[in-house]
Amino acid sequence: MREILEILEKDARATPKVIAMMLALAEDEVRRTIEDLEKSKVIVKFKTVVNWEKAGEELASALIEVKVSPQRGVGFDAIAERIYRFPEARSVYLVSGTYDLQVQVVGKTMKDISRFVTEKLAPLEGVHGTVTHFLLKRYKEDGDILEDEEEVKRLPLSL
Amino acid sequence: MSAIRYSARTANEKRRDIISERVKSIPPSGIRKFFDLLNSMDGVISLGIGEPDFTTPWHIREYAIYSMERGHTMYTSNAGLIELRQELARHLSRLYGVEYDPQKELLITVGVSEALDIALRAIINPGDEIIIPEPTYVAYSASAILAGASVVSVPTSRANDFNVTAAEIEARVTDRTKAILLGYPNNPTGAVVSRQELIAIAEVAQRRDLIVISDEIYDRLIYDVEHTCFSSLPGVWDRTILLGGFSKAYAMTGWRVGYAAAPADILEAMFKIHQYVMMCAPTGGQRAALEALRNGEEAVQEMVQEYNRRRRVICNGFNEIGLSCFEPKGAFYAFPSIESTGMTSEEFAEALLMEEKVAVVPGTAFGASGAGHVRCCYATSLRNINEALVRIDRFVGKRAKDK
Ligand SMILES: Cc1ncc(COP(=O)(O)O)c(C=O)c1O
Repeated sequence: MREILEILEKDARATPKVIAMMLALAEDEVRRTIEDLEKSKVIVKFKTVVNWEKAGEELASALIEVKVSPQRGVGFDAIAERIYRFPEARSVYLVSGTYDLQVQVVGKTMKDISRFVTEKLAPLEGVHGTVTHFLLKRYKEDGDILEDEEEVKRLPLSL
Repeated sequence: MSAIRYSARTANEKRRDIISERVKSIPPSGIRKFFDLLNSMDGVISLGIGEPDFTTPWHIREYAIYSMERGHTMYTSNAGLIELRQELARHLSRLYGVEYDPQKELLITVGVSEALDIALRAIINPGDEIIIPEPTYVAYSASAILAGASVVSVPTSRANDFNVTAAEIEARVTDRTKAILLGYPNNPTGAVVSRQELIAIAEVAQRRDLIVISDEIYDRLIYDVEHTCFSSLPGVWDRTILLGGFSKAYAMTGWRVGYAAAPADILEAMFKIHQYVMMCAPTGGQRAALEALRNGEEAVQEMVQEYNRRRRVICNGFNEIGLSCFEPKGAFYAFPSIESTGMTSEEFAEALLMEEKVAVVPGTAFGASGAGHVRCCYATSLRNINEALVRIDRFVGKRAKDK
């Protein structure tokens, strides 16, 4: 199961047939395992990594440090949920250190993001302060390097 | 400039035959023709490569860069960095339980290529015979001939999964036999000889007083079985020259580092040659190798896992296409039979390249017993492997219809 997940994590398009070959398993067994993993939400979804800049789309993005006060009974979860329900929030993490939540926000322009922070995020009850870091350049995301890497040439034939 | 060249050429015509008989006796590489063809074509998927498609793990490269920044740019001691030899001694002891003294029994070389050359030159007298199982890595017989040995081949075949047996070796031992040269996991077949058979070969070596040169460069690239280090077998430590390297396991072909491990008297003789012809292995490569041994295990495991998956895909693929392929247990080569197509291995390789732009190496490049087979290296992306399989399927299908 672990190996099936590893393969799919790298290549969501790997078919049960190919995975079965790679792992010397039966194709049916692989198919069933994947279905079970989807049902139990171990596999959350299959999606594509897109480099939007390459596609000619201008996108603004920011990492926002959010200081909040936890609430009795629910800790940070209630305020985190309030925030992650906004579609603008691409990722929301509770972190240790000098602030509490790290929120990644994506918008069409920097103005969109500023507006989101000043009108939606900062005024929320329980939010004490925010620090916004606009993303200047993306080098690597989720383990994938986004820059075009120089193709390494191997000798086409060697013995 | 052209005038000088012109005069050089006219002088040439008067020159006597200058190339040594020994060099002339080495057959030209069987793939030169393909190489030229390949270089002139676009869109080729090459399964003809003999090195990893991974680049050297970043921590190794980074460590080497750092060592250069600190100024490690000079010769090392002739035998190689002592830290590297010590680390290597620990590594061999940990993996295979073989003990070598880093001071006297280990030598860092310019790849297994150099280690092989100096091992042969250290032990061969003119006319000595050396027994080499076949199909074989091409450098074995060439290096043996250059060292002045006569090569006695032991053909192996599909019938025995290209494994060599002790009996087949012993049948070829004569008064002049000096050594056996083994290379398992094997290039080009991917065969791995069983521990039991290796023990039997070790007995032959003892009984007939032979040296065994064991090229174990693919020791880490082994799938679902365990590697047996030849010098770890009972009774043969003192007659084994163990060759190993970094090129394959750590994806470090370009760094040019490898090693030889042997009893002190043999190693001393190899050292003599090495210090005069090489001085030492590249310093940057040795530093990189040190880092590889210290912190490279995880990367090795990851690459091996990846090769293993590709291996299963390519072998399955060949068998489905109707090119029967035995299961290679090591290295990164599959060696399918192409006999069902009715073509020779050269015809197959050439036509496949021209019609479908897939490069494979004809089995005969590795000796006559490679006939009817082609070597396909699966150290390339799964995407390439799958595309190559589609093309080969189409190619073979067309032949079947024509028949
Ligand atoms: C069986 C075998 N031995 C030795 C070598 C050469 O290795 P190195 O890069 O350490 O010189 C190769 C490389 O292809 C090989 O396949």
